Amino acid sequence: MKELLEKIRQEAREAIERASNIDELNAARIRFSGKKGELTAILKQMGGLSAEERPVIGQMANEVRGNIETWISEKENELKSMLSEMKLKNERIDVTLPGKAGKIGKKHPLSIVLNEIEEIFVGMGFDVVQGPEVEYDYYNFEALNIPKDHPARDTQDTFYITDNILLRTQTSSVQIRTMEHRKPPIRVISPGRVYRSDAVDATHSPLFHQIEGLVVDKGVTMAGLKGTLEVFIKALYGEDSKVRFRPHHFPFTEPSAEMDVMCFACQGKGCRLCKGEGWIELLGCGMVHPKVLKNCGIDPEIYSGFAFGLGLERVVMRRFNIDDMRLLYENNQRFLNQF
Amino acid sequence: MDLSMRWLSDYVKTDVDIKEYIARMTMSGSKVEGYSTECDEIKNVVVGKIVEIEKHPDADKLLVCKVDVGSGAPIQIVTGADNVFCGAFVPVALDGAELPNGVKIKKGKLRGVESCGMLCSVGELKVTVNDFPGAIENGIFILDGEYKPGQDIREALGLNDTVVEFEITPNRPDCLSVLGLARETAATFGARFEEHIPKIKKESGNINDFLKVEVRNGKLCPRYIARMVKNVKIEPSPKWIRERLRASGVRPINNIVDVTNFVMLEYGQPMHAFDSSRVAGGKIIVRNAEKGEKITTLDGVERALTEDMLVICDSEKPSAVAGIMGGEYSGIEADSKTIIFESANFLGSSIRSTSRKLGIRNESSGCFEKGLDPENCMKAVMRACELVEELGAGEVVGGIIDVNNAPFENRKIKLDGDWTREFLGADISDEFIKNALISEGFEVSGDVITVPSWRGDVEHKADIAEEAARFYGYDKIPTSQIMGTSRGLLTQRQRFDRSIENALLGCGCSEAATYSFISPKNYDKIRLPADSEERNSIVIMNPLGEDTSIMRRNAIPSMLEVISRNSNNRNIEGRFYEIATEYEPKKSDELPNEKPTLIIGAYGGNNDYFALKGIVEAVFENVGVENWEVAANFKDPTFHPYRCADIIINGKKSGIMGEIHPEVAENYGIAQRTYCARIYVDDMFENRKVEKTYKPLPKYPATQRDIAIVCDMDLENLEMEKTITDSIGKILEKVELFDIYTGSQIPQGKKSVAYSLTLRAADRTLTDEEADKAVAKALSGLEKLGAVLR
Repeated sequence: MKELLEKIRQEAREAIERASNIDELNAARIRFSGKKGELTAILKQMGGLSAEERPVIGQMANEVRGNIETWISEKENELKSMLSEMKLKNERIDVTLPGKAGKIGKKHPLSIVLNEIEEIFVGMGFDVVQGPEVEYDYYNFEALNIPKDHPARDTQDTFYITDNILLRTQTSSVQIRTMEHRKPPIRVISPGRVYRSDAVDATHSPLFHQIEGLVVDKGVTMAGLKGTLEVFIKALYGEDSKVRFRPHHFPFTEPSAEMDVMCFACQGKGCRLCKGEGWIELLGCGMVHPKVLKNCGIDPEIYSGFAFGLGLERVVMRRFNIDDMRLLYENNQRFLNQF
Repeated sequence: MDLSMRWLSDYVKTDVDIKEYIARMTMSGSKVEGYSTECDEIKNVVVGKIVEIEKHPDADKLLVCKVDVGSGAPIQIVTGADNVFCGAFVPVALDGAELPNGVKIKKGKLRGVESCGMLCSVGELKVTVNDFPGAIENGIFILDGEYKPGQDIREALGLNDTVVEFEITPNRPDCLSVLGLARETAATFGARFEEHIPKIKKESGNINDFLKVEVRNGKLCPRYIARMVKNVKIEPSPKWIRERLRASGVRPINNIVDVTNFVMLEYGQPMHAFDSSRVAGGKIIVRNAEKGEKITTLDGVERALTEDMLVICDSEKPSAVAGIMGGEYSGIEADSKTIIFESANFLGSSIRSTSRKLGIRNESSGCFEKGLDPENCMKAVMRACELVEELGAGEVVGGIIDVNNAPFENRKIKLDGDWTREFLGADISDEFIKNALISEGFEVSGDVITVPSWRGDVEHKADIAEEAARFYGYDKIPTSQIMGTSRGLLTQRQRFDRSIENALLGCGCSEAATYSFISPKNYDKIRLPADSEERNSIVIMNPLGEDTSIMRRNAIPSMLEVISRNSNNRNIEGRFYEIATEYEPKKSDELPNEKPTLIIGAYGGNNDYFALKGIVEAVFENVGVENWEVAANFKDPTFHPYRCADIIINGKKSGIMGEIHPEVAENYGIAQRTYCARIYVDDMFENRKVEKTYKPLPKYPATQRDIAIVCDMDLENLEMEKTITDSIGKILEKVELFDIYTGSQIPQGKKSVAYSLTLRAADRTLTDEEADKAVAKALSGLEKLGAVLR
């Protein structure tokens, strides 16, 4: 019987090894260790053995069964993983084919930069406020220390609706509206559309965007103006950026300044971008004129303030290297999709 | 303002190079736009002296000259001009020379004779016979006077001035002059500047014996000064005047005209010189023009005057438009013998409005309209007389007619050092402030500052702070952070708008930015009826053109233009949005209502009504607008009558969406089907769900039931959904349409609609009987609409 068992073990091992799929393996399982299998058949003959032989053969039969079951289970695992490998292989795809998700829309470059600027100022404790675009002469000029016959009106060719109502030429009008409605301390910026009767070309548009800033409180100084704008510019253009302030004139600030940023292209050496000056004019600013504070019912002997105004288009065009302002208002997808 | 550095150096000397000069002037507030060196294109052209002239052996019209150019033996040059002579000093372009027209001169042979350069004409050096009165146009430029052969021609002719272009801000008309900039230069560099006081050596007679001046409108003419010069000899001005004028961009004409221009540039005070024999009745009257009055100005144009314009008249008729342009015949002629200098001050705003109305803008009007200093009139007229005497151009007549309607009053401001330091945040000493002011022509005694007449812009201690700061240096003011705490926060509304945008971007819509003004023709293009209220728009009085002449009342045209442009640029499909402002007029003296409106536009590709509606749904979902529905709109003229719906938020019409009417699309040249939505953002914002609270997740399973019904083709889904909802009541969790079918087995004019109902109770598992009952309720409700189970 020992020989028989050994033979079964041998044959089972070979049959299992030969099995190339689950069916053949199952056939081997049935043949050797099934209820009607060869091993069972042998075990049924156990009754005819002597008492000495029986435990020996029994142990051996169990051993053989154990072997067969182990081999089958090993082979089964092997076959399963082969099968799944094959299945996966058949499912191979070209991972470089284009994705299927719908296209995401793009924000307009003006909004991208404006949102960034808003975030910078909100982080510095400023609120974002709005004012009307169709505005009274009073808010756009008169209250800003630009009376009817002031020569500064000349430099801002104005679209009029009536003698008294116009399209605002500057967001500075919101300074007045803010100071009328809020008491100091005031810290606001006001972005929006402004209008001047400039014919459309690569650097002019009858409609463009400004961002006005206003701070009014006790003890606001020109040093504070410089510090605030420097922080802003470093946040917008990076820690390395350099600015300079130079005297200028606006009717509603005194002292007034223009702020230049050192040319990014030539680092101040002078190049084509900065027209050889090494600096690029970026914004106008100054200490709020005492007359303007007074016009808004704020006592200039107690409070002081500073204001600034920045043209958004200029910043956007420089940021993205856009050389023609018209592109911003043409809304061609091929343009918008680039941002 | 173009400043001749040569002229500047007559009054103030600085020892810095031009680059530093420009940088420091810019930083003290006189912004330099650029600078140029005169004739710097001319290279290697020198003075030559002709020492020998021979005829060309082979050409009748050519001459062979030997020219001493200061280096060794005379060189040989062939010329075609016949005005040369031995001993003449001429400009010689040497071998390798460059001329302003870009021509390079090379050695060569002319008809076999060697020529080592070229003798130049006036034109070849890009100067004119006005600049050099002795010279002729056609021929070699024979220099006037003695020169050293070999000297650079630019130096010899004074063509080497440097001209700096300043941007002068409107508050500083005093800097539109050589003297004003000299003062700024001195203050910037700490150099000495002394005001020149004109002196006239000899006067004879009295102007009052010949002339009377009457100013009838003292408001428009605060000052009028007249002086007289007799025995005038009209001739060219001397070189030093001509070269200063030329560098400043003014063409020299004759001594008298040149003197008025010279004084205008030097003092910033426009002057007018006229022939006294032309003043009828010996009387000058300054008055408003009369109704219907006309004048033919110097340029030969007849101009109609209006009553608000100021004119200078004699006893008969207007001879000049005050401060703007003289009348014809009023100028100086070659035979003028006695002339009158007018040095007057006119109200800036009046000059500006007159110059606009007449369409004349010139140096004079440009100066006056900035608002000049009346005190400067006297200085200028004295300087003019001084120059006339110095040039020997005439004899100054004694006496001055001075009509002064605005006697100057000194303005005084208290010097407040502490306030200035605190205001600027910079430690600038009182001493520094005083010195800066004094160098600018202010007087300071103790703590009282007296403002000079030409600084009308200085009124307040903040102005004094600016004077101190700009000479101290803005860059030296330290930087500091603003004090105090402040809370910066976007408002709910600002965050709401961003939330709208995020949803749209996720739906593949790109943001557009369009002009707020449109052409009124758009209202025809979107098929608004002629009497539509929506045509009533804010109209711009002075638009650039019709295309931008009204403020849009409806932003759909803006979107259609975007789509049109894209479609025509062969972008075959697209989705856009803009939160655009629409301008709704109120009463004429009131500001309009500026309505933020969400415009969505889509065309081509997979876009259809339902794609658009899906975008709208996504937006509402994202911003928490829940209480809304749509209702078919068959009437809006802009939209396809059967593919358009009103958007109703909380019972109020708050927008519209649909397919653009094919005629409208055609009007905009759009070939593809186009879809637009227009929704008022205010309505969305007001009806957003502000508070969000958690609802427990369901504990019991839902039961699903599908029903298919047949109904009339025109029966709307919304009505059926509402009926199902109302019929079943609380246990209906969701009703979802999943199929619409027409075709075989369905009668003509009918459709089959299938809904999936989700039923659930919060407190138990529904039984089959309960679910069946709910379906039965729904079906009986639907039956009333004529919809029957299929």
